[in-house]
Amino acid sequence: MATLSVTSAPQSAAAGLRNDLIAAAVIAVVGAIGYFVFPDDLAFLIRVIGLAFLVISLDLVTGYCGVATLGHAALFGVGAYAAGNVCLAGVTDPILMLLTGVIAGTATGLMSGLLVTRFRGLPQLVLSIAFGQLVAALANKLSSITGGSDGLAGIAPGPVFGVFNFDMFGRTGYIFSVIVLLVTMVTLLRFSRSPFALMCRAIKDDTLRARMIGVAVYPRLVVMYCVAGAVAGLGGALTAINTGVVGLDSVGFERSAEALIMLILGGAGNLWGALIGAILFELFHHYVSAASPFHWMILIGLLLIVVVLFFPKGLVNEVTRRIGDLRQRRAAR
Amino acid sequence: MQTLLGILPDALAYGMVLFTISIGLSIMMGLMRVVNLAHGAFAMIGGYLASFALTSLGVSYPIAILIAVIGTVIVSVPFEFLLYRRIYRRSDELTQILLTIGITFFIVGIANYIFGPTSKPIPLPDLLKGPFDLGLRMIPAHRLFVIGCGVVTAVALWLLIEKTEFGVRLRAAVDNGDMAEALGIRTQIVYSATFALAVGLAAFGGVVGAELLPVEPYYALRYMVTFLVVVSVGGAGSVTGAMAASLLLGLADTTGKYLAPEFGEFFFYVAVIVIVYVFPHGLFGKAH
Repeated sequence: MATLSVTSAPQSAAAGLRNDLIAAAVIAVVGAIGYFVFPDDLAFLIRVIGLAFLVISLDLVTGYCGVATLGHAALFGVGAYAAGNVCLAGVTDPILMLLTGVIAGTATGLMSGLLVTRFRGLPQLVLSIAFGQLVAALANKLSSITGGSDGLAGIAPGPVFGVFNFDMFGRTGYIFSVIVLLVTMVTLLRFSRSPFALMCRAIKDDTLRARMIGVAVYPRLVVMYCVAGAVAGLGGALTAINTGVVGLDSVGFERSAEALIMLILGGAGNLWGALIGAILFELFHHYVSAASPFHWMILIGLLLIVVVLFFPKGLVNEVTRRIGDLRQRRAAR
Repeated sequence: MQTLLGILPDALAYGMVLFTISIGLSIMMGLMRVVNLAHGAFAMIGGYLASFALTSLGVSYPIAILIAVIGTVIVSVPFEFLLYRRIYRRSDELTQILLTIGITFFIVGIANYIFGPTSKPIPLPDLLKGPFDLGLRMIPAHRLFVIGCGVVTAVALWLLIEKTEFGVRLRAAVDNGDMAEALGIRTQIVYSATFALAVGLAAFGGVVGAELLPVEPYYALRYMVTFLVVVSVGGAGSVTGAMAASLLLGLADTTGKYLAPEFGEFFFYVAVIVIVYVFPHGLFGKAH
């Protein structure tokens, strides 16, 4: 636990702005490539973006705060159900639906955070599982607001800003999703450099030391959980807007476990790692699972074992470390 | 009263199945501090092997149990040797969770690749099929058998841990692994033996509990967290704790299903949250 994960000192304002612009440009360019190269797979890409929010949200609590959780999908699912319900109640504006998802996610994050971050280790893990399962059981049974096992269907959002209608090919949905992702990502990248987030990293690296220098650990973790809940709820609402249905799978244990796998594949403690992990996992899933669901399980199991044993910091962090090494060697020469 | 009499045998039987499977995990977590989410996968392997032995080889029920337990332990050896050994006592939870989720996925995939994606019947012998007259009411003989298995397992483990040389070594390693090693206890061997014991118990519980937790392709995923939850509620490493937690959670779950079936697992997890929140180290656990 003594290894420090903070490698860079807080940057100057100008450098921060430059990084934000680069990040925005990268997401915009990759989004455009997706739009023009895979025009027939936009539904799949939208699904990936929705899940990416869940993984990024998980990164905020797992990667930045060191909270081991297997119940994170609850935050995502509640956001999705909330957005679906306000839409069915007549509030069809997508922006308002997203806002509802954010509020619902934050509230769920608050409850979950109060419960989960109180402990460390096994009790923490079990409480996170129990919270997730509790929400899943409720979603299954409160069929008047969740549609039960049939799912909440018939969500028909209105046009974005009253102008851009959602079309059946998912073009509007895709562009809308990319823009929301871009805004969220840039905001979170800024947030991740804030003193607050850096202090969360300190808590992760050495809770005792953080407490000794006067950090109020529990309240900070709860606040971070609320932020994560907002991001996950946003993703849930976005998925509800785009697909028009919310199923039980959006709160299920499998979703939580998959999100954790995606995060570890990409690399925890790095928002880009979370994003890339989600994309890699879903691409892999898309192609292998089409062949056979059980081959998929064998392969993902093996991949997970290999990553955990040989690249414990995740693929993205591994690649950036290698590039860093290479640069240093070149500079030394 | 009638409802109570109906619930109790079922709750007791379900609790005993939970105990038989979870106790192995509990001992393993108490000693090696491994959060092993793949424990259910080993129970599933036991179920698959027993089903194969009964339906394809046509052996008798006790022999099938024996084949399942020994077979599962043999299958688990490479996992222990190559993977689990790396995470005993030293890794953080996240690494352990992910590695064991990976192992679970791998085992589920392989099991279905070999045996096909159908649920596996474990036919009971005639002796256990019928009802049994308790005097008060009839209950299925199998329920009694499962309860008996749970009690025998608990007593045998208590004897093993409290009264044998191996138990002494095991308790020494639990209390202070480094000191035990310094005193000449080969802790690696104790760990491996405990792992084999845990896996064997999982397989045993998987077979005898198949009536209540049916063996099917996603068994390992479906019950992945159930066993972990039982251990956490009872306190890792405690036989008494695992028994108390199994019976309590078995009761909560069965009562909930009888009285409010529409809420399914709701009561189970409410009970879990309350207990873990009040006793973070479990009912009978010790802080490490």
